[in-house]
Amino acid sequence: MSNIPSDLKYTKSHEWVRVTGNTAAIGITDHAQAELTDIVFVELPEAGRAVKAGDTCAVVESVKTASDIYAPLSGEILESNKSVVDSPALANTEPYGGGWFFKIKLSNPAEVNSLMSPEQYKAQVGG
Amino acid sequence: MLKRTALFSAHQKQGARLIDFGGWEMPVQYSGLMAEHLAVRKAAGIFDISHMGEVTVSGPGAEAFLNWVLTNDIRKLVPGEGQYTLMCNERGGVVDDLYAYKLSAEVYLLIINASRTAADTAWMTALWEEFPRRDEVNLHDTSHNYSAVAVQGPKVKDFIADCFPNVSCAAMRVERVTDLKKNQIAEFHFENGGVLISRTGYTGEDGFEIVGEDGMIRHVWKKILEKGEPFGIKACGLGARDTLRTEVCYPLYGHELDEETTPMEAGLGFFVSLDKGEFIGRKVLAEQKAHGTKKKLVAFKMADKSAPPRAHYPIWAGGKAVGVVTSGTQSPSLGAGIGMGYVPPEVAKQHPIEIEIRGKHFPAVIVPKPIYRKSP
Repeated sequence: MSNIPSDLKYTKSHEWVRVTGNTAAIGITDHAQAELTDIVFVELPEAGRAVKAGDTCAVVESVKTASDIYAPLSGEILESNKSVVDSPALANTEPYGGGWFFKIKLSNPAEVNSLMSPEQYKAQVGG
Repeated sequence: MLKRTALFSAHQKQGARLIDFGGWEMPVQYSGLMAEHLAVRKAAGIFDISHMGEVTVSGPGAEAFLNWVLTNDIRKLVPGEGQYTLMCNERGGVVDDLYAYKLSAEVYLLIINASRTAADTAWMTALWEEFPRRDEVNLHDTSHNYSAVAVQGPKVKDFIADCFPNVSCAAMRVERVTDLKKNQIAEFHFENGGVLISRTGYTGEDGFEIVGEDGMIRHVWKKILEKGEPFGIKACGLGARDTLRTEVCYPLYGHELDEETTPMEAGLGFFVSLDKGEFIGRKVLAEQKAHGTKKKLVAFKMADKSAPPRAHYPIWAGGKAVGVVTSGTQSPSLGAGIGMGYVPPEVAKQHPIEIEIRGKHFPAVIVPKPIYRKSP
């Protein structure tokens, strides 16, 4: 059973989104980290980069595989999490906390409405 | 429909994640690749290797036939001994790498790769038809008769004799299973039948491989997990098997070896006996031994922090793409990116190289094999 906090939004590709005013913090879900298993490398976008919803903008690698991470929303990268780059295992141990990936300053906040609710995401992962 | 081993339901019960491996539905991991890998390095792990193929070759002409088909000198074996060897085509390319065991004067058991079972048996049958003494050689693919497990790790010797407490009854004669030396094989009574146990493996650690009938191996799996439990044994998947063998630079067919690559190029010349007489591929292999090869398998370690190197990533040196990674991973034992790949011989001598990862170049150094060496 994976943990799906009720105060977050989700994507089909297993990112979580925490919207605060005009900015959104993004990470990977507990389900995603469990599927990936031991995460050994995280590559995050530079601050200032413009991203469109659906763009590949980060990579997370376990011992076995590399997986792309997509920008769930459009905007500009405000900040990336240096701690998870230095200690990739944080994405396994604290997927919704210390293991966050990056923050976006939203250019089109209406896109938030197209994200999945916790219930919808739960139905997708069969949690 | 994927093939399933006799241990399939055991894997499901233990919560294994299953993948398609060469047409077999196999566990890639149970508790987690990293933990399984480290269990084998520090304590013990058990692997289902039932997907591997078994071929028996017997009869008065078996020795001469195998010495013509395989690269190593099979005449070095006494009953109860095995050797790593290769099967080549006329171009010296590797059809498969395998273990050949001599069970008795005229009976040999070959353990071959799952993904190569069909290719190997087709090639051996074709050669058998050409072999002048074929009437004295019986060739049987017995893969469907057998299941197998590997038990690997420094603690295995402390509990394996509790699982098989008897003296051996065929092949190598030993008082206890732990008296087997590296590459030796013997049959032991187990419940109301027998199993073949060899002191071999694919992890770089001490350990044993056990071959037997399906029902027998189900009981062996259970018994080993039970006796190994106080020693920290873990059920391990193909994920850990791959990172363990990569750390010690054991080749994997389809990665380091294929029909266009020779044992000399792969650094396996030790297992090619050029002076034993005529054998398939000898001409090309002797030529390469004398004059060198165009490519050479090297092991490397990433110099700085980077994403893990992976198979098919380009290798660069002196501003040119010079080769390709054949296997690469984050080494759980070393905490660094490691891998193997083919480069021209002049690059193999010059140690700094670069690995291209998603368009960027990262420095790496060529290191001696094995990349990881177990502590004595």
